[in-house]
Amino acid sequence: MSDPQQTAGFGAYVRAEAEAGRLVVQPRMGFGDPATMRAGLAATRAAAARTVGTITVDAHTRVGHLAAVESALRDGVALNGYPLVTHPVATTAEVLAGIHGPDFPVQVRHGSADPLGIFRAMLAVGLGATEGGPVSYCLPYGRTPLVESVDNWARGCELLTRLRDQGLEPHLETFGGCMLGQLCPPGQLVAISVLEALFFAQHGIRSISVSYAQQTHPGQDREALAALRRLCRELLPVSDWHIVVYAYMGLYPQTHDGAYRLLGQAAELAVDGGAQRLIVKTAAESQRIPSIEVNVRALEYAAWAARRPQLPPAGATADPEVYEEASALVGAVLDLDPDVGRALLLAFRKGYLDIPYCLHPDNRGRTRSYIDADGRLRWESTGGLPLTALPRPRRRRFGSADLLADLSYVRRKFDGSER
Amino acid sequence: MTDVRTTARQTVVVTSMASDSHTWNLVFLQLLLEELGYDVVNLGPCVPDDLLVSRCAAARPAFVVVSSVNGHGHQDGLRLIGTFRSHPDLATIPVVIGGKLGVAGQDSARAWELRSAGFDEVFEEDTDPATALAAFAASLPRAVAPDRRPATLPAAR
Repeated sequence: MSDPQQTAGFGAYVRAEAEAGRLVVQPRMGFGDPATMRAGLAATRAAAARTVGTITVDAHTRVGHLAAVESALRDGVALNGYPLVTHPVATTAEVLAGIHGPDFPVQVRHGSADPLGIFRAMLAVGLGATEGGPVSYCLPYGRTPLVESVDNWARGCELLTRLRDQGLEPHLETFGGCMLGQLCPPGQLVAISVLEALFFAQHGIRSISVSYAQQTHPGQDREALAALRRLCRELLPVSDWHIVVYAYMGLYPQTHDGAYRLLGQAAELAVDGGAQRLIVKTAAESQRIPSIEVNVRALEYAAWAARRPQLPPAGATADPEVYEEASALVGAVLDLDPDVGRALLLAFRKGYLDIPYCLHPDNRGRTRSYIDADGRLRWESTGGLPLTALPRPRRRRFGSADLLADLSYVRRKFDGSER
Repeated sequence: MTDVRTTARQTVVVTSMASDSHTWNLVFLQLLLEELGYDVVNLGPCVPDDLLVSRCAAARPAFVVVSSVNGHGHQDGLRLIGTFRSHPDLATIPVVIGGKLGVAGQDSARAWELRSAGFDEVFEEDTDPATALAAFAASLPRAVAPDRRPATLPAAR
């Protein structure tokens, strides 16, 4: 995985750590106040773990409501993230001074279907790493038409490539492996992550990470990471790429013990599954925005869990089911059009990609999923997905009580007394 | 409202409001209302007021369920219901709002304010939605009479 042309940046740092056998851990962190944001980055850097920093932007900036940011700053109302577009360049430069650099790269996290303003602000302060994607930052979070998001993200990628003029290699991470946080079967998560990576590459990005969010079954999650790695090796036209695992994103355990055990399992998944980076969750996550101290504890715990001697894999992990499903979806989508953006639009129109339970007008909404008796995510119905294997629907009809049970499956499992 | 069908399935609109990007609450409500025997039009997350009003005017639902969990429900709801009630076709359609309506737990003054502004029912966050919605649906006449609104609301134009 070495690239003679690589320059300093987020991807190079993560890959160097991986070659030394170390998992990089990263918080989700964003504060409206510059001094607090700086303190958060400094604490992340100083944590007893290999870390990269995070600046999460606030929700108003995410949707382009900059007037709301200005009035919040004026009135002293707390924002739920760092208003990167509104704070002056000099302010953000002070936040980063002496902290951000080749040995501590910082990623900007935002959740926007129209990220151009945020990317321009990144360029102005020399921040080169961010995340998202035309599908994953559009369908789950609102009503922006997919065609607009695809166009915005194409222009966004091209804008980021200008960072090379500053000697910085831009890095983009797909959010496609995390669609809706929970209940999307892993085959489709892997497929969307790969397709967004191909979209980034087609628009000039040469340093990429592909995401996958921990789901409900450790064995199925390992199969998913194996599938993701194999498809990236087969299809990605860049050599600088890595895998990032997200600790579970659905309803999180509410007990301290349960939350830490789930995070520990995410760290084991990342190591066993060959990922190079892990985005942690904190025990406080289900109640409030976590403090800097809580974040640091989660980072240090995850790094410790990743260094624990790993148990031998339980049973054969060579089950190719997730790979076959993801590969069939990716292949069918890429056959629709040589332009990945147009192929994605056609795929959602035809139902070749269809996110279960996603209510966006551009999602067909004909697929459904459930958690089977073993804890694996399964298709209840596959709608128009180009899959030959038949779904395995459960015997009785799926109702609101079943949905609640599935949504809280992981919370129940980790908060309960078993194991 | 001239829909006097008593055997055909009636439609219910499920929706969030403009600032709320949450989905799972809306999916749950759709399944629940389908189990109560309704067809459901689910408008999804981040629905602007104008779109909500026009889709409700087109669907002529038996009632509307507004769900909000981001803490802005009180503020968004007061704004929405004024626009909603001033539409000539929507003055009498029952509307219920529920979820996490403010950033600091329950507040009886908030519920009163929402009812006064035109919501027919307000379900605060520790209400069991299954029981509450079943009771609400059962309380409605099968065909809503046009004169059931209090006289203080703007008359249909």
